[in-house]
Amino acid sequence: MTIKQISELLEATIVCGEDRKEHKIEMAFASDLMSDVLTLSDNNVMLITGLSNMQALRTAEMAEIPAIIFARNKKISEEMKELAIENDIIVLECRFSVFKVSGMLFNNGISPVF
Amino acid sequence: MHFEYQIEGGNFTRAGFASSEIKKMMKQLNVDMGVIKRTVVSTYEAEVNVVAHAFSGTIYVDLDEEKIVIQLQDQGPGIPDIDQAMKEGFSTASSAVREMGFGAGMGLPNIKRNADDFQITSEVNKGTNVKITMFFNK
Ligand SMILES: Nc1ncnc2c1ncn2[C@@H]1O[C@H](COP(=O)(O)OP(=O)(O)O)[C@@H](O)[C@H]1O
Ligand SMILES: [Mg+2]
Repeated sequence: MTIKQISELLEATIVCGEDRKEHKIEMAFASDLMSDVLTLSDNNVMLITGLSNMQALRTAEMAEIPAIIFARNKKISEEMKELAIENDIIVLECRFSVFKVSGMLFNNGISPVF
Repeated sequence: MHFEYQIEGGNFTRAGFASSEIKKMMKQLNVDMGVIKRTVVSTYEAEVNVVAHAFSGTIYVDLDEEKIVIQLQDQGPGIPDIDQAMKEGFSTASSAVREMGFGAGMGLPNIKRNADDFQITSEVNKGTNVKITMFFNK
């Protein structure tokens, strides 16, 4: 799915990376534990999280994660936005729960990492 | 090439700054992306450990054509039992650290898994030294 399709499906707002709406995502991983995310060896995995802090973005940067969905209506700060822009990370904000976001993406063909 | 970065204990907003700089530098040198990822994931977990568990620290980075050596030296409580600390799931992290998305006892094992060479030494009430070596062409 493209970021555009994902944002429409989840009624999510693209906060950063509006210019990369056509970026394709095939796999996703849901976690609030950044140490878990840092064990993933796959690249191009989208992160679904309810943890809205600088470490989520730093983790994405280190783990080559191209896009993050902040679920549970979490909003990102200006500082986080700057870090996302600096590292070309696409950020979506969504009011649905992590479970609902994951279920909807799964039903639409996004694969789990394991 | 030699670089140094300071780490401030407890400063979670800044945690990852040094790892980010190292990543940018390695990208500029056209190091293989897989090697970069393993390097910065390891360095980042080690950097977070200094922020989470120690008072302050310094990262020393030495780089030549064949390898990058990253040493994190901190002033802090040290680790009384390194074998125990290396076990997956062992953690003394505070709830504040867990709220940041860390503190599941997965950092050190993950560093060991990713690094080509990993050394850790520690002295209680003094501090901890972590050394990560990565080779570029293997
Ligand atoms: N730099 C350090 N200074 C003091 N203790 C440390 C340091 N790094 C790791 N430790 C100890 O080792 C444990 C395990 O570390 P780690 O595997 O990274 O898990 P976590 O940081 O999630 O607790 C920590 O909980 C802590 O007790
Ligand atoms: Mg740790």
